[in-house]
Amino acid sequence: MPQGPLFLARAVYRRRRLRDAARLLPVFGLLLLLLPAFGEQSGNLAHTAIYLFAVWALLILAACLLAPALSRSEAEGDPETDQGPQDMGDS
Amino acid sequence: MPFNLLVLICLVYVIFLFLVAFVVESRAARGRLGFLRSPVIYTLSLSIYCTAWTFYGAVGYAARSGLEFLTIYLGPTLVFVGWWLVLRKLVRIGRQQRVTSIADLISSRFGKSNLLGVVVTLIAVIAATPYIALQLQSITLSFSVFARNTPEAWLVPGHADIALWVAGGLAVFTILFGTRNLDAKEQHHGIVTAIAVEAVVKLVALLAVGSFVVWGLAGGIGPMIDHIGTAEVPGWTFQSDRWVGLIALSAAAVISLPRMFQVMVVENIDESHLARASWAFPLYLFAMSLFILPIAVIGLERMPEGTNPDMLVLTLPLAEGQGALAMLAFLGGFSSATSMVIVETIALATMISNNLVMPLWLRLRPAAALSGDLRGGVLLTRRLAIAGVLALGFLYYRISGGSAALAAIGLIAFAGMAQFLPAMLGGIFWRGGTKIGALAGLVTGSAIWAYTLFLPSFGVDAVIPAQVFSEGLFGLGWLRPRALFGTEGMDPLVHSVFWSLSLNVIAFTLGSVLTFPDPVERIQGVAFVNAFDREAQAERLGWSHGQAEPEALLSLAQRILGEEALTFFEAQARAQGKEGFLPDLTPEFLAEAERKLAGSVGAATAHAMISQLFGRATVTVEDLMAVANETAQIMEYSAKLEAKQLELTRTARQLREVNDKLTQLSVQKDAFLSQISHELRTPMTSIRAFSEILTEGDLPPGMVADSGRIIHSEAVRLTRLLDDLLDLSVLESGTVQLNLELAHLGRMLDRAVQAASQTRPERSFEIRRDEMAEELHLMTDADRLVQVFINLISNARKYCDADPGLLRIVVRQKAGRVTVDFIDNGKGIPKEAQRLIFEKFARMTDQMRAGGAGLGLAIVREIMVNLGGTISYLPGQKGAAFRVTLPLRLEKPAAKSARAAAL
Repeated sequence: MPQGPLFLARAVYRRRRLRDAARLLPVFGLLLLLLPAFGEQSGNLAHTAIYLFAVWALLILAACLLAPALSRSEAEGDPETDQGPQDMGDS
Repeated sequence: MPFNLLVLICLVYVIFLFLVAFVVESRAARGRLGFLRSPVIYTLSLSIYCTAWTFYGAVGYAARSGLEFLTIYLGPTLVFVGWWLVLRKLVRIGRQQRVTSIADLISSRFGKSNLLGVVVTLIAVIAATPYIALQLQSITLSFSVFARNTPEAWLVPGHADIALWVAGGLAVFTILFGTRNLDAKEQHHGIVTAIAVEAVVKLVALLAVGSFVVWGLAGGIGPMIDHIGTAEVPGWTFQSDRWVGLIALSAAAVISLPRMFQVMVVENIDESHLARASWAFPLYLFAMSLFILPIAVIGLERMPEGTNPDMLVLTLPLAEGQGALAMLAFLGGFSSATSMVIVETIALATMISNNLVMPLWLRLRPAAALSGDLRGGVLLTRRLAIAGVLALGFLYYRISGGSAALAAIGLIAFAGMAQFLPAMLGGIFWRGGTKIGALAGLVTGSAIWAYTLFLPSFGVDAVIPAQVFSEGLFGLGWLRPRALFGTEGMDPLVHSVFWSLSLNVIAFTLGSVLTFPDPVERIQGVAFVNAFDREAQAERLGWSHGQAEPEALLSLAQRILGEEALTFFEAQARAQGKEGFLPDLTPEFLAEAERKLAGSVGAATAHAMISQLFGRATVTVEDLMAVANETAQIMEYSAKLEAKQLELTRTARQLREVNDKLTQLSVQKDAFLSQISHELRTPMTSIRAFSEILTEGDLPPGMVADSGRIIHSEAVRLTRLLDDLLDLSVLESGTVQLNLELAHLGRMLDRAVQAASQTRPERSFEIRRDEMAEELHLMTDADRLVQVFINLISNARKYCDADPGLLRIVVRQKAGRVTVDFIDNGKGIPKEAQRLIFEKFARMTDQMRAGGAGLGLAIVREIMVNLGGTISYLPGQKGAAFRVTLPLRLEKPAAKSARAAAL
């Protein structure tokens, strides 16, 4: 594994955590969307529907907030590591 | 509603789309895309995910199985919200490697393998066929809903006829806009914009119907929720296995559907658009799904028993007397179906031509790579493929009888396309994936899909006998199509997806781990997996060159890329510090050229074609070392050294070229002086001789007149020579007075052709022109420009050795500059002479001395510099060819700065 610096500038550190958040978002989304599959199978259809649409809207909102910052960070050209394990080198 | 009116509205709508596509194409041709390059268009074009299956089928799905329809939109939402993980890399790779389709991506990643491309193409065509049939079926159904209660019902053609007409119409539209040109990158701006328009129409239509149902029929949001809560429909139980399985399936499908890949990766203009689409596309899906459940619930309550739930979007407004709303819904459904079919057929046609037909053709006729017009062949193949794919869809519709529910057909197609996913993701994230592994995974997965889902979809005893269903293949109980390995009681779809995908992954990983990739595979693997690592992108694949001339490569490239090949070669030559159109055959240049060709005909074909010219690709020991170990620092250091060395080499090459030129110029100067003395002396000698004769007197009058004539004509020749020299020196010093005016190009060419017809008037010589293209007004010095044209045309008349002679004059306009090519059918100019023809007194052979003093092209070149343009020799045109380039509007200061730049 290449030896990066141990401490990063604040801006670079923020950018990397932002990318972590972007990677985790679909995982959280999946967990929330699978919830009805584990719950009671004969609940009120309307309530399940409202829950699912609410999770959906939250995911869109989160992605909408993350996207501009992510594309800006890409434009600024942080030396791209992209692979998860290498990212750990900076923490 | 009268059936005729319905057809008329459809036609008007299609013509409108046609106009949109046409206007955008012509704007794109002029390089003025403007707002059409915006992320909004990109997001809207992604909406072809929502086909007629969404528009009609989702309501039917909801009516049959409750909330389950949401899974089809939740999976893609997760994929897009998580764009940073997968999609970003996919789009980056697609742009870097100029991928033309999903088959191209997989074949290119695993060593540009033809076989893989063929397998992926076949799977895609088979899996897409039911999907296209589904679109035809939904359009047909929607037509019949409208026609059902009309008095002239007997006028309405049968279902099969409607489907046939629709399929034919779509084929024509797609061929007209999808295969008009063969681009360096497989992009269709016109179609993408038309699809964006259709995306708006279908969203508006569905929202309108939904709002009408919620506020018009149910009485608001609160009562609507109560309606849903109290609805008791059998089959609305929540099935956990299907819920999980379908979210996974739809997430896989959105990445691997050929049409999604087409709009998402191939048609992507700007990577940053993906960031916007990451939330905007889920938002679109959200809006599309919002009213599905209300429409289904209210529809089930109000419509009579036995109504087809797939058509509730249409029948509900019709039953409530909302004709206009139903019409809008009809157009929405029509849009969803047509846009899907258009993009899907383009994507499949690209795959068929690039991965199936072209490689096969090149294998059958290896010589074809070096001769013949390939562009025409590729386009024809695509057109036939579009028609063929639509014909297959129509056949499936006829055979399956159009009876099954829309959602079931759609899911079958999804499960088939999902088989690409392991090879695709494995290819871009795992360097260990090999060709054999990918092949094993694809074949295993799709075979299981076909056995457990696709073939059974035709019905028991249709393809697979009932006995196999109950007792298994060859009587083996664990091979039953609905209960592989004894997994009884599973939902058939989940069962098939589970087994096909898991065995696909197992075969892919096992095959990859146990086999060894060949060098090309390893190099491509590094390039794909490290797509974001700039240094890994320096292509390490070398071609052993030396057997071919750049000219051969240029003529190959021209047959595929057309005009663009010249621009590309010129840019590459300039990057190497050379002038003209023929760069040195460095490995970098060859790799770049291969990638450029791959953008049109796919990676495997491009690789095969260049192999025809240059022999096999060679990989040196250093290359393998570089791939094998990851000593990044050493590589970085050596890359720096290499860059420096490259710079030095380039400077050295430039110096060498300048030096060569200087030496040649010095030789030429001597030649010039001796030439000019010679040219001046010959007429002088005869003038002297004849005037001496005259001074002797006592001559017969006839002889006096003769001598006088000779003296006169020699004096004229002298004057002309001096005029030319004077002209040249004025032009070279840049002090020439230009007479700028607005002049018509066609008329200038007319004048030139007229004047040049004095040259060798006896020979038969055809001049082929395109008067439409010549309809141009230029701001320039018309007399000077005509002088250039006359010179080029009379040169062709003089030197073109073909009989009958043919001169083509080709005019093009691009970004404020006009190019006029003069291409004759003669032998052309030998390579070593090409650089010298524009020099003074340069004439190629002595037998051609009959003409002027050899100043013509030198003057022409100086005139063009003064007119702010250039003239150059175009190699590789099968004859002598000159290209004149000049600005559309010449302004006076521009002429001066052009002069300064040229010095």
